[in-house]
Amino acid sequence: MNTSLAVSTENVCRHYPMGEALVRAVDGISIDIGAGEFVALLGASGSGKSSLLNLVAGLDRPTSGAVIVHGDNLAALSREQLAKYRLHTVGMVFQSFNLIPSMTLLENVELPMRFAEVDRRERSALARRALERVGLGGRLAHRPTELSGGEQQRASLARALINHPKLLLADEPTGNLDSRTGTEIMDLIRSFNQSLGMTVLMVTHEQALAEKYAGRMLHLADGRLIQDIHPGDRPNDNAPDISSVKAPAPRGEKR
Amino acid sequence: MRFYDVTDLAVRNLRESIFRNSLTTIGISVGVASLVAMLSLGIGLQQLASRRLQKSGLFDTVVATSRRDLRNLRERGEDGPAPADSPALDEAERRKIEQLPGVVEAYPDIRFVTEVRFDDKPHLTTVAGVPFSAKTNNDAFDGIQGSFFSSETAPEVILQKSFAEELLGIRSKPGSNTETNIVELAKPLIGKELTMRYAERTTSPSAPPLASLSESPSKTGPSDGAAYSVVSRQQTLKIVAVTDLDPDSLRGTGRARVFLPLKLAQDLHVMQSDLRDTSANSAPTYSSLSVRVTNPNQVPAVEEAIKKMGFSAFSLVDATRSMRQFFAVLDGFLAIFGSLALAVASIGIVNTLVMAILERRREIGIMKAVGASDADVRGLFVAEACAMGLVGGTFGVALGWVIGRLINFGTNIYLERQHFPPAEIWSVPLWLVLGAIAFSVFVSLVSGLYPAARAARLDPVQALRYE
Repeated sequence: MNTSLAVSTENVCRHYPMGEALVRAVDGISIDIGAGEFVALLGASGSGKSSLLNLVAGLDRPTSGAVIVHGDNLAALSREQLAKYRLHTVGMVFQSFNLIPSMTLLENVELPMRFAEVDRRERSALARRALERVGLGGRLAHRPTELSGGEQQRASLARALINHPKLLLADEPTGNLDSRTGTEIMDLIRSFNQSLGMTVLMVTHEQALAEKYAGRMLHLADGRLIQDIHPGDRPNDNAPDISSVKAPAPRGEKR
Repeated sequence: MRFYDVTDLAVRNLRESIFRNSLTTIGISVGVASLVAMLSLGIGLQQLASRRLQKSGLFDTVVATSRRDLRNLRERGEDGPAPADSPALDEAERRKIEQLPGVVEAYPDIRFVTEVRFDDKPHLTTVAGVPFSAKTNNDAFDGIQGSFFSSETAPEVILQKSFAEELLGIRSKPGSNTETNIVELAKPLIGKELTMRYAERTTSPSAPPLASLSESPSKTGPSDGAAYSVVSRQQTLKIVAVTDLDPDSLRGTGRARVFLPLKLAQDLHVMQSDLRDTSANSAPTYSSLSVRVTNPNQVPAVEEAIKKMGFSAFSLVDATRSMRQFFAVLDGFLAIFGSLALAVASIGIVNTLVMAILERRREIGIMKAVGASDADVRGLFVAEACAMGLVGGTFGVALGWVIGRLINFGTNIYLERQHFPPAEIWSVPLWLVLGAIAFSVFVSLVSGLYPAARAARLDPVQALRYE
């Protein structure tokens, strides 16, 4: 395992009010992820895995605690600095692909480079190369709606990697794909993790997928980390060992 | 984001909902068109009024008179040097006045009543000298039929229309609208000669005296020392042009119907009615000088300077001032009414962009997720607003221009039916075109600020969740 830390959270919380109740989406999670690791965040719906991913992505700010990515505490960054962080340090892939429907694939992949103020002439060539690398060299001028889910997710991967981020964050990247296409996408993500040394943090609810690709699995429930399984100390039984973890607080607790 | 990218993305976004954005842009166009239409009407009317007034030469002219002329003092009751020791308005003083800042020229008023013979028939009329500069500097002689004097001392005349009619024996019927065509009048007259008979005032004893007067200084005032004779002379003059100038409108040549080059008139030493010394031997003194200034704004300063020199000065600048004031107020009101439509249009921009935020919520979320800053998102919305303002402003100016032409066309049909000459009551100067477009962009930019700020503040997590 790589010794330098890529992501580190210190007792991070994300609470938000919903009507009268206070939702504790992330409730005191402390984890350390080394550079180059492939980590899967597992848990049921509403366990807080996507909320944690959003905190690491700099899309959201913690209520308390710290999220430190490559030495920067995201909670202390200004909105402007946070935008720069999202632009240069992280690349994101979503379950619903999130490509802009009015743009062609080439334009979608070029978009982050517009914000990074990459020269116009350079941009097109870089985006073309990125799309060729994910096998979409023949689909440059197509709009997202003209493509299959797998193709859209590949384009989305090309876009996520275009500014050479250190961290790839994937939120259920195979959730909308059939298993064969899902495997193709996961193979691609693994190849980027291995060839580029990129740290990957992936949210999924598919245990099998996580076991096949991730080097480490973090199980979340009700906003808390209940299990941190490293490749070497994986238990023999399939059921997650929850004996060492205290019972989570009930959700929707009154303020 | 770079300027190119902001513009490019803004234009793309506008094209995406082309119908709605076109409607908003049409709203801006109508607003700008109404503003342009209103203001061009105000400007056109002002130009029409000031053109008429400038033609009269009333507002860029100061009249300087000697205080020795007691009539002036009685009429105006000014303080200043007593008549006896006030300076004489002579050639040296005329030159001094001409040297004042802002003064184009100072020329004496020469006007006398005399007999003109044409076709052996005598006609009595007022003859006036016209400065040669009137050829280019005064609109008054723009509409002449024929050509202006060929030189400063050419023995040539320009006839006023009514005098031309008199010479040809045409009687214009009062009250009838059938006006004689000036072209028809000029045709038989131009190139013909007429003879002007006049009395020359001279001190030369050799000239055969027609009447001889011996005056003592006490009778004629301090400058007129010498005795003089009046000699009957005649001068043949060639008709070069006919003008339809209203004889009342030119101050310097008021009510004259025959115009001579001023220099020629001076050289003839015609004895004028007030017995001024215009004889050849002495330096001429004038009872009044017309002082033309470069523009009406300089009239008060020149007036003041002339008064300091010891002369009386007056002008009609106050009349222009109130006219300007009137048009400033009129333009202001027209601009306010014109802007109302633009104000409505600006609400349309706010509405369109707020709708666009709702519609593009997810897209804004995606842009933020891939690294767009608040400033990028804000810039994009402001650019969209400005683009609508620019396009709307440009079309609006064009539309306003067309409306203006139509109103002008309609007005002229009306004027023609009322037997008035057509008038250009419509004017769209370049500054109005550029100003209206700039104003449209500015109003759109201001309208875009609120939606842009709202879009920039959008929470990316919420926005990405939005379907």
